[in-house]
Amino acid sequence: MTQHSARKQKLVVVGNGMAAGRVLDELFDQAPDRYEIIVFGAEPRVNYDRIMLSPVLSGEKQFDDIVIHDDAWYARNHIDLRRGETVVAIDRVAKIVRTQSGAEQSYDKLVIATGSRPILIPVPGAELPGVVTYRDLDDVDAMLTAAATGGQAVIIGGGLLGLEAAAGLAARGMKATVVHLMPTLMERQLDPNAAYLLRRAIEKRGIDIITEANTSAIIGDGKVEGVRLQDGRTLPADLVVMAVGIRPNMALARDAGLDVNRGIIVDDFLGTKDDSIFAVGECVEHRGQCYGLVAPLYEMARTLGARLAGKDTQGYAGSVMSTKLKVTGVDLFSAGDFSEGDESDEIVLRDPSRGVYKRVVLRGGKIIGAVLYGDTADGGWYFDLLKKQTDISKMHDTLIFGQSYQGGAALDPRAAIAALPDDAEICGCNGVCKSRITQTITAKGLMTLEDVRAQTKASASCGQCTSKVEALLAFTLGNDYAGGGRKPMCKCVDLTHEEVRGFIVAKELRSMPAVMQELAWKTSCGCPSCRPALNYYLLCAWPNDYRDDAQSRYINERAHANIQKDGTFSVVPRMWGGLTTPNELRAIADVADRFKIPTVKVTGGQRIDLLGVRKEDLPAVWAQLNAAGMVSGAAYAKGLRTVKTCVGTDWCRFGTQDSTGLGVKLERLLCGSWTPAKLKLGVSGCPRNCAEATVKDIGIICVESGYDIHIAGAAGLHVRATDLLGHVATEDEALEYVAAFMQLYREQAGYLERVWKWVEKVGLETVRAAIMDDHDGRRALFARFQISQRAVRKDPWAERAAGQQLHEFMPLAAMNLIAPIAEAAE
Amino acid sequence: MNETMEQTKVFWFDVGPLHAIPPRGARTVKTPRREIAIFRTGGDEIFALENRCPHKGGPLSDGIVHGRKVACPLHNWIINLEDGEATGADKGCARSFPVKLENGRIYLNMSVAAAP
Repeated sequence: MTQHSARKQKLVVVGNGMAAGRVLDELFDQAPDRYEIIVFGAEPRVNYDRIMLSPVLSGEKQFDDIVIHDDAWYARNHIDLRRGETVVAIDRVAKIVRTQSGAEQSYDKLVIATGSRPILIPVPGAELPGVVTYRDLDDVDAMLTAAATGGQAVIIGGGLLGLEAAAGLAARGMKATVVHLMPTLMERQLDPNAAYLLRRAIEKRGIDIITEANTSAIIGDGKVEGVRLQDGRTLPADLVVMAVGIRPNMALARDAGLDVNRGIIVDDFLGTKDDSIFAVGECVEHRGQCYGLVAPLYEMARTLGARLAGKDTQGYAGSVMSTKLKVTGVDLFSAGDFSEGDESDEIVLRDPSRGVYKRVVLRGGKIIGAVLYGDTADGGWYFDLLKKQTDISKMHDTLIFGQSYQGGAALDPRAAIAALPDDAEICGCNGVCKSRITQTITAKGLMTLEDVRAQTKASASCGQCTSKVEALLAFTLGNDYAGGGRKPMCKCVDLTHEEVRGFIVAKELRSMPAVMQELAWKTSCGCPSCRPALNYYLLCAWPNDYRDDAQSRYINERAHANIQKDGTFSVVPRMWGGLTTPNELRAIADVADRFKIPTVKVTGGQRIDLLGVRKEDLPAVWAQLNAAGMVSGAAYAKGLRTVKTCVGTDWCRFGTQDSTGLGVKLERLLCGSWTPAKLKLGVSGCPRNCAEATVKDIGIICVESGYDIHIAGAAGLHVRATDLLGHVATEDEALEYVAAFMQLYREQAGYLERVWKWVEKVGLETVRAAIMDDHDGRRALFARFQISQRAVRKDPWAERAAGQQLHEFMPLAAMNLIAPIAEAAE
Repeated sequence: MNETMEQTKVFWFDVGPLHAIPPRGARTVKTPRREIAIFRTGGDEIFALENRCPHKGGPLSDGIVHGRKVACPLHNWIINLEDGEATGADKGCARSFPVKLENGRIYLNMSVAAAP
């Protein structure tokens, strides 16, 4: 290139990162010789691919591999690169930039590409040596130095960068722990289902993850030694990486009087309010949006490059973002809006055996978002359909199978299964092929799914292929197939309640996303029918670990009161075994007076119902009842309701045992427990049965020689007398046997299934064998019951009267009429 | 400005922060004329309906929120949060109100919510 005689315009670029580099590339493509170019870079090196720092950290790449523009490129393009020189001021009137060293440089056009800086969380100890951020090569070098001596690293932030840092440090031999403020990892880029799979994959690498953890301090004497969390835990650390987000670098622009908000404000052509000054990359705010990913930066660079080249451009219209994580072996992709919507607006495909989760979110026949985990091959295709706003209605049924499947026929499961070759694998978990299943069905005369499972193991592990196995059964048996009476839990899944319960325990599934992924749910987050059931199953299986999800409960259990037809509630305090005292009655009367409770009624369960309480009054009503020693009667719960008693030996001339005392003891032992459906007990002191125990879920009839335990009565829509389970001699035995029976019911029945239905389903003999004959088994049931009771021993009313879940009871806002001025003046 | 224009003036009233409503939950805003239920979906979208089921007047804010729908706590009618229409075979509509989310706060259009 020769020197032009006319003076070329001077283009000064502040920043030597990826955005700046790409702007120049675009400019050179279209107008290679237009400017004299001076680039200021704060880092002492050439332009490199910052998003590839993670492979450098993990050792999969070297710095040289990630250089975008080497020295030769700068020389070839006659760029005057001032590396290690920071621009500190812009004089817009004189059109000069000033550097830290005091040097000045004039410009005709100026591009600000100052990027962003990592957010440092303002906690004590943040300045200690050993605390680093993750932004540039210097940070990587600092991490590598620390990793060289091994030890423990704590990474604050479970987003993209934090996880990449953790994986890199773990690959370098450090013990890494990720501390994340939110309940799920990468919550902005992933839905909870994909986040569950990601967490599992990260933990498999030996990286610990602590979610919902707020850092309160970094501790150490002269250098970092640990991280203290708000809950009091302290994590030992030789290295702390802060990766909680980025903030645009806009001080330079702000000080120069340009408009800034969260970033430097630019128009669609990356211009600022000064005609000579442009801004690009992570430092800008465009249409209210700041970006921290590379694709949007490159899209901006294309526009700005063209504009600097003097070409017409359409302008930059903002970016739809997509995300990938650069951790080897973790395949995830997300784009667009994948927040939870309606079932009808999404297509979900899960393959538990391969750890695959795919979800495409639709609106009005177009893709608006996608989350893929485990198989991201079609991410680009979905992203393209999304960006182009392609109408996908015609491919709706096959869309989720990916681009290569398009044009294929929609699946009819029966026909598809019939068409499969004999050696096609049906059950991936157990390696069972089609012919093995059909041959076993024919050879052994199998008639039900359970038979096929027992004989071939097909669909016995994760259950995902249940519908295929069933289709094979139907196909093989033809008209002889009775359907087996199987009823899937809901439209979200092919498995029955019992199967889901079984898998939750066998596969140790401890959260809703885990259940939905591993059991191949067909929706992303269930429905109002399966969520309450799953919430109960998880609570029952993992009483110490699982955290109750209030939003998966019906209003009565959420508000700990019974909703009435007018939206008010009824309140029923416990009266243990039907006993009360003058003090309790006085307190109830006072509450009824004070809160103007319209109806006070005696219930069929020997207690008092206060009807017509306003929701906002509930906590105060409870506080007052608590003060008199009363607690929630759980009249709203799928759990223990009442234990009805007669007066027994205390008063009755026919009484054989202390039935009232036993009733009180039973109620105290069993209360608070959640069960599949409501549970009512009765204890009668003699066979005259004044407590009507033989129509209760569990009834005790006292006799001279001890206690007859009855089960499975009903006196509702369906009336049924109890069956005798067995006889025990002592009160202690009666308590243990009843609790063990209740635990068996808790562990086995389907959600909303009353005791009598469940007993008829499994058979009285089975229940009797488990409780009356298998003494070790019964003791184990009793022990499990006691463990689960430990978790529910607090009175829910007292907790709420003390302020828990206040949002449930208080309006968000209340607007009062402003009094007319005339009145106010009186 | 004529009277019609005066009445259609938009008055966005700040009723509280998004985080005051649990995801898949609802809370009420009491106005002199009616009670309004503000719903927050699992995906942090916000909707506002009159807190009365078109069926028997059940408080929709007490229902289970799923997707962009709520199940009435009294008789399990499923109401669409976007327009208040009952879904499936049920017919009826709960009145919906303009509501918006800005910088983490919820704004209700009181000129509509307070009007007859």
